[in-house]
Amino acid sequence: MAVAHTTVAPHQHVADKPLEYQNPVQSVKILGFWIFLATDMLLFGCLFATYLVLRTHTDGGPTPHDIFDVRGFTIETFVLLTSSFTGGMSTLAMRNGNKRQLLTWLIVTIALGLTFVGFEASEFVSDALRGATMQRSAFLSAFFTLVGTHGTHVSIGIIWMIVTAIQVAKKGINPISARKVFVVNLYWHFLDVVWVFIFTVVYLSGVVM
Amino acid sequence: MPAALKQFTDTYLMWNEGYLIWISDILIALTSIGIVATLTYFKKWKWLWKEWLTSVDHKRIGIMYLIAALLMMFRGGADAMLLRTQLASPNSHFLTAEHYDQIFTTHGTIMILFMAMPMIFAMFNIVVPLQIGARDVAFPYLNAISFWLFFFGAMLFNISFVFGGSPDAGWVSYPPLTELGFDKGPGENFYLLSLQISGIGSIATGINFLATILKMRAPGMKLMRMPLFTWSVVAASIVIIFAFPALTIALALLMLDRIVGTHFFTMLHGGDPMMFVNLFWIWGHPEVYIVVLPAFGVFSEVVATFARKRIFGYTSMVASLLLISVISYFVWAHHFFTMGAGADVNTFFAVASMMVAIPTGVKVFNWLFTMFRGRISFELPMLWTLAFVPNFIIGGATGVMLAVAPADYQYHNSYFLIAHFHQVLIAGPVFGLIAGMYFWWPKMFGFKLDEKIGRIAFWLFNIGFYVCFMPQYALGFKGMQRRMYTYPAGMGWHTLNLISTIGAYIMGLGFLFIVVQIVYSIKYGERDLTGDPWNGRTLEWSLPSPAPHYNFAVIPTVTDRDMLWVMKQEGREGELRRINPDAIADIHMPKNSGRPFLMGLAFFVAGFGFVFNWYVLAVIGLVGVALTMILRAFEWDDEYHILAEEVREVEAALGRL
Repeated sequence: MAVAHTTVAPHQHVADKPLEYQNPVQSVKILGFWIFLATDMLLFGCLFATYLVLRTHTDGGPTPHDIFDVRGFTIETFVLLTSSFTGGMSTLAMRNGNKRQLLTWLIVTIALGLTFVGFEASEFVSDALRGATMQRSAFLSAFFTLVGTHGTHVSIGIIWMIVTAIQVAKKGINPISARKVFVVNLYWHFLDVVWVFIFTVVYLSGVVM
Repeated sequence: MPAALKQFTDTYLMWNEGYLIWISDILIALTSIGIVATLTYFKKWKWLWKEWLTSVDHKRIGIMYLIAALLMMFRGGADAMLLRTQLASPNSHFLTAEHYDQIFTTHGTIMILFMAMPMIFAMFNIVVPLQIGARDVAFPYLNAISFWLFFFGAMLFNISFVFGGSPDAGWVSYPPLTELGFDKGPGENFYLLSLQISGIGSIATGINFLATILKMRAPGMKLMRMPLFTWSVVAASIVIIFAFPALTIALALLMLDRIVGTHFFTMLHGGDPMMFVNLFWIWGHPEVYIVVLPAFGVFSEVVATFARKRIFGYTSMVASLLLISVISYFVWAHHFFTMGAGADVNTFFAVASMMVAIPTGVKVFNWLFTMFRGRISFELPMLWTLAFVPNFIIGGATGVMLAVAPADYQYHNSYFLIAHFHQVLIAGPVFGLIAGMYFWWPKMFGFKLDEKIGRIAFWLFNIGFYVCFMPQYALGFKGMQRRMYTYPAGMGWHTLNLISTIGAYIMGLGFLFIVVQIVYSIKYGERDLTGDPWNGRTLEWSLPSPAPHYNFAVIPTVTDRDMLWVMKQEGREGELRRINPDAIADIHMPKNSGRPFLMGLAFFVAGFGFVFNWYVLAVIGLVGVALTMILRAFEWDDEYHILAEEVREVEAALGRL
């Protein structure tokens, strides 16, 4: 990949740092983004707390047992965890300076993200058709809001990743685009971590308890 | 048509509600016409847009925050005057119950979120980059977004007064009262959306300043060499980052209840109103520390400067700042001991609340020890700092009284509480930020504020403060509850209320004197030609006033705490004030951008749409928000160079080469 090499080369003296950290203006943005993730984590923390308080407030309506579909949320989990892996592969391709691989992995990740959102949307629709709407009970309000907020985050992540892929395609791999790829993947991994908690706190304990 | 018009004016413009609304409409119209006419007459529109609205310069953003905060202090203060006028005599009908509710709601919300917050952000912006030897904050573009989100959030909140109706459920906005079933009007929606919009801006500011202080310090400025104001910004930023998401969620869930029909906080279908109260105060209590910590930072700078001594106990000052910020998360339930959570829960929160007094006491003693045997000069910033100490101690002591959970069952929601929190919030943030404003005013504008008028304002405001709030402690003991719009004669409350009202008017007069002082000093104030009017200690005073656009022509290397002071002692301050022309290199600066302004406007449109459930408008606004963000992603070239030659010219003109 000779093309990629010419685009990565400029900062040889700082080459011991990964590309996305070489320019101080870019590296401080990564720090800022980590701090943002802390605030986002607390946002989800509050939603989880609300869910845990209201989980049993079903008002005689559907319970977690009634509406959680094991097959559905297992598929969602596999799809999202896989997308986190492919997202990691895109970061790796970026560090190797391989633009084509980077774009391929980004597109795979976007496709997996869309699949996840599709499954989640169909889950929500089928719940609603069975009368389990977010207006039915406090439990359902909290459930749809927590999981829906995660789904909205994933949807925003998809748009963001598309925008990032377009920039990589146009401008190649350089300290700026590298930082953008790195940050969007941080976001994506973070959503994966949140999903792991949704999977255990909401779905698993919902069908087990 | 006239029927439809009357329907419109009654529903949205509330012209059927009497003369207060008409007067406000006329005043707003006159002010708007005045501003537009002035800008047009002096051909300043382009200047306003290019120099201010699109600016990403931290100094300009700080000044805009300051102006907004002073205007909001006027609005919140006018509310307070109306409230006190209503309460001056028993059975008063100056305001209706409904209007009284609206006015105490807007008074509280504005003073905390649209006065105190922008005031601390003004100080953050104006001071931090200069104190740490940086050319701007870490994310100048985001900084502009923060300001415009605050600005348009505040606009959305204030417009409710004349369009649609003000919120009326208290600044805490507890459900179920604020649920749709009990509070149909758009007022509550205005509250939820305006706080949400400005809250996003606040979170961004917290992130921005933490990253700035961690990453942008001048070489050699280790953490323990930072000025204490900068340390207080670290502490406040951490609290912002960890507290504001709880507010975001509390507001968002209540909004879902009102707009989508969910059941988070309703009485039916399993909702739990106390969940909102918990979420609100998980943010709400840390919030008061967010506004008081920077004030502590200001006092530390002022005391050291005007006592001509190094601050006493620097390390313990830093430790107490950080301790206060940590403890602030473990006290929220003391706002509702009467909820009935049980003895063990109340004990935990009572003990945690009392513990706050320990690091705060450490700070007070350190300030006193700094003054001890110092050569104190009593200029305006120092006056406000001295007045703060006894004032805050009384407020802190009554706070410890309130923290005793069993006793709190007596004080809860009485005027004793009102007196307590006004005392800590006025003595702390208001005195602190006024002291900070006087202190850094020359750095912002290049002239001092007039000392004589300032002293009149100081004495009026201070005496007014005690006259206003001391009687309220007694009123609390005599059983007067907060949020009462009137009271019968014969309760024994009349005299104390009348005294309190007189005190409020004196404070109002004090504020007017500050306004007069500013207007007078623009023309006649003493010009600051040295850049160091107070014989300062930290890096910002090594720069000319106002500082050039790029702040430091050459970034200084820091070897000591109180860098400038140490160099003055060694007779070396010239090293900071005389720049070696050969050391000047090209400077990267961020480009101005109109997008943050437009993004704020888009948020405003979206918020307005949601307030009235006009979803087309809401979607248009949200699309605008998304567009500004995507366009930003494609903007790669957001910096420009100031050439070394240009910098040399500017510095030569300032006489610093």
